[in-house]
Amino acid sequence: MEINEFIQNIENEIAGLESGTLAPDTDYRDIDQWSSMYALIIMAMIVIKYKVTLTGEDLKNTNTVRELFEYVKSKV
Amino acid sequence: MKTRAQIVKTSYYLPSKRFTNEEYFDIFPESKGDSNLSKIGIKERRIVEEDELASDLAVKAAEKLINEHAIDRSSIDFVLFCAQEFDYYTPTTACLIQDRLNLPKECGALDFNLGCSGFVYGLSIAKGLIESVGVKNVLLLTASTLTKTFHPKDKSSRFVFGDGAAATLVSNTGNEEGIGQFVFGTDGSGYDKIIIKDGGARNKISDTSSVDKYDDFGNQHSDDKFLMKGSAIFNFSVRTVPKMILELLEKSNLKEDEIDLYIFHQANQFLLQTLQRIMEIPDEKFYIHYELVGNTVSSTIPIALNQALKEKRVSKGQRVMLVAFGVGLSWSGTTITI
Repeated sequence: MEINEFIQNIENEIAGLESGTLAPDTDYRDIDQWSSMYALIIMAMIVIKYKVTLTGEDLKNTNTVRELFEYVKSKV
Repeated sequence: MKTRAQIVKTSYYLPSKRFTNEEYFDIFPESKGDSNLSKIGIKERRIVEEDELASDLAVKAAEKLINEHAIDRSSIDFVLFCAQEFDYYTPTTACLIQDRLNLPKECGALDFNLGCSGFVYGLSIAKGLIESVGVKNVLLLTASTLTKTFHPKDKSSRFVFGDGAAATLVSNTGNEEGIGQFVFGTDGSGYDKIIIKDGGARNKISDTSSVDKYDDFGNQHSDDKFLMKGSAIFNFSVRTVPKMILELLEKSNLKEDEIDLYIFHQANQFLLQTLQRIMEIPDEKFYIHYELVGNTVSSTIPIALNQALKEKRVSKGQRVMLVAFGVGLSWSGTTITI
């Protein structure tokens, strides 16, 4: 599991999010598209690609893309 | 001849009033630019008038069923009414429906209170009545007027739900196959994931009931209004549905390729497509009918089944898996042969 691929997977799923918008240290909530729908899209991508089910609490406990990636990686 | 319960006919009724995305974005202009919302897959929903009850929708669906298919009212010997909004605290709404539909006095009538899983539960009751009790024709009615319970500023619920009702005739056809095996499930510890907290027996309406509350995304609700915790329900669905399908296949002694079409509770297109991707179900075997109806709670499956038959996505002798899940938390699945 690799962080660039993880970022690519998020960017592919979110409409209007151009490739290269997210970097490992980006706060993924701090972008224009952030909404409850965005959160669900990330949760769906992670369950489909990595077979990890995240809770709303898990999301709350992470801020940057890297933190989210590390959390998912620890659960794979 | 065997005794075999089978779905014979379906009809449905939607209220005439439309609530389009354009009207929605007039109320919630901040959501207009969110292109991710299109993944929900909705363009409009139908909404009841304030004086229109769930039983009114159910009676209209039943009248459509009876008229469209020339059903003899006197042949119906049981009516089941699945809803969450009943006419009176007491008596049972199904009793009033018996009279409104001019069904015979020899007809049994029963309400049951379930949400999104209600249709499949209703089929299990109908099957039991037919195959164990000797009832011949069960009229299964499902109806929802949930939109009446929404906070006017609840932008999630107002986007995904619509009102509607369905009428399904389940009869003893004596055919080799009909309604198959069932799996059921319940997790009452998740009762507060979809809830109207105040106004029932547990919590009476108080001064705090109508106080506005906000979730992490600024979505608004209050304790006397409907609340759905979206991410918790998403997780419940992705954990429960794939497992339920595998259990049902095993219990039915069926292989995946023996299912001709999957019809899930039409919660919203995004959740359905996520479940489809997890289960790797091919598009031609996965039916979605959501765009112009929305989530009508217990009626989504019979409405989708009716449409799938009209569109010839499934035909006589084919097998359909029905998968329902939602408020309770409650879930159920079955297979039917058309």
